[in-house]
Amino acid sequence: MTSSPPARDSRARVRLATVWLAGCSGCHMSFLDLDEWLIELAERAEIVYSPVGSDRKTYPDNVDVCLVEGGVANTDNLELLRQVRARTRVLISFGDCAITANIPGMRNMLQGTDPVLRKAYLELADGSGQLPHAPGIVPELLERVLPVHELVPVELYLPGCPPSATRIRAALEPLLQGGWPELSGADLIRFG
Amino acid sequence: MSVHTLRIDGRDLAVPEGTTLLQAAREAGIAIPTLCHLEGLSPVAACRLCLVEVEGAGKLLPACITPASEGMVVHTATPRLQDIRRTVVELLFTEGNHVCAICVANGHCELQDLAVSTGMDHSRLPYRFPDRHVDLSHPFFGLDHNRCVLCTRCVRVCDEVEGAHVWDVGWRGEHCRIIAGLEEPWGAVDACTDCGKCVEVCPTGALFHKGDTTAEKQGEPARLQALVHARRHQQWDP
Repeated sequence: MTSSPPARDSRARVRLATVWLAGCSGCHMSFLDLDEWLIELAERAEIVYSPVGSDRKTYPDNVDVCLVEGGVANTDNLELLRQVRARTRVLISFGDCAITANIPGMRNMLQGTDPVLRKAYLELADGSGQLPHAPGIVPELLERVLPVHELVPVELYLPGCPPSATRIRAALEPLLQGGWPELSGADLIRFG
Repeated sequence: MSVHTLRIDGRDLAVPEGTTLLQAAREAGIAIPTLCHLEGLSPVAACRLCLVEVEGAGKLLPACITPASEGMVVHTATPRLQDIRRTVVELLFTEGNHVCAICVANGHCELQDLAVSTGMDHSRLPYRFPDRHVDLSHPFFGLDHNRCVLCTRCVRVCDEVEGAHVWDVGWRGEHCRIIAGLEEPWGAVDACTDCGKCVEVCPTGALFHKGDTTAEKQGEPARLQALVHARRHQQWDP
């Protein structure tokens, strides 16, 4: 269900963003493993929003490509994801948590938010446990951690825990040149 | 023994009577994906990955149990079959809890390999996240039902090769699962000889050695095949 690349002026620098939702940041660490290619990337793309590459606090408009790490676990994740979708042409589901819910999704096996919070904050607490409740400060958990594409349309999938730097480059490089990556085979789409 | 001639993916083949479409295709170097099938065990056609199109058949047929017959025209990799195979793999992934990153079989898992070969970069079906348990009652081995795809290789190897018949398939539908003995903890089943054959043939990380951690489990189907070959031909020297 990969869609075709949306039209873009190929002469302009690509406006690139990265976000992480419910993930461990490992995909972003792998992104930083691109090492010296990051310098080339910085020349060919403008990093407009990223926890590892930009100081901007709000997600900008008119983004060409966004790498989205992590599953969608709470109301903050969901709000940011909706902004990303509304303001981005090519949304890349970045890593296994974004694609399958992966490790964060293991709480879904407890079947709901209440049993998860009770397990973590009461049953396994040392006697002084209490359920977190701070509306407007601590984001509420969603009933289930969901993969990104179960909530918004996704243009490209980059599996892996984490996807290797080689794999990330294989996805980004064609996009920088106005093309579209064809990802297949164990080197590029293996889970885990 | 009579010989049948047939055509698979445009290639004319001649095979002895009794040859399955899967055997005929593999001998001709035509790859058909499988999961429940394992050379050395009886075929059960449970996973449906090896479905092929046979002209005039009216329905898709599992290659692992369909005998080749005279004049058959078979297609193994049409776009329709490729889409069905990917969907089967998506069904397997979403039906259980397959978290590759932390699995004992990561990197050596037949389900993980199938996701790659069928081009599954994500699942088009929603994940179920069922509530399943892990049986750690056996002294040496564990069974994690979260990772089980119900291929029944363990059931067959224990019955057909070890002769202990510890394993069976219990319950139905979404509750269907592998059971030990009469739905007992594995460690409480006296019939188990602790041979570990079920662990060696399990295609995923569902059956594992207790000492294995992430990515450490590797299946050993070749050991089973060597044993079956030795018994069948009474050839015990390697």
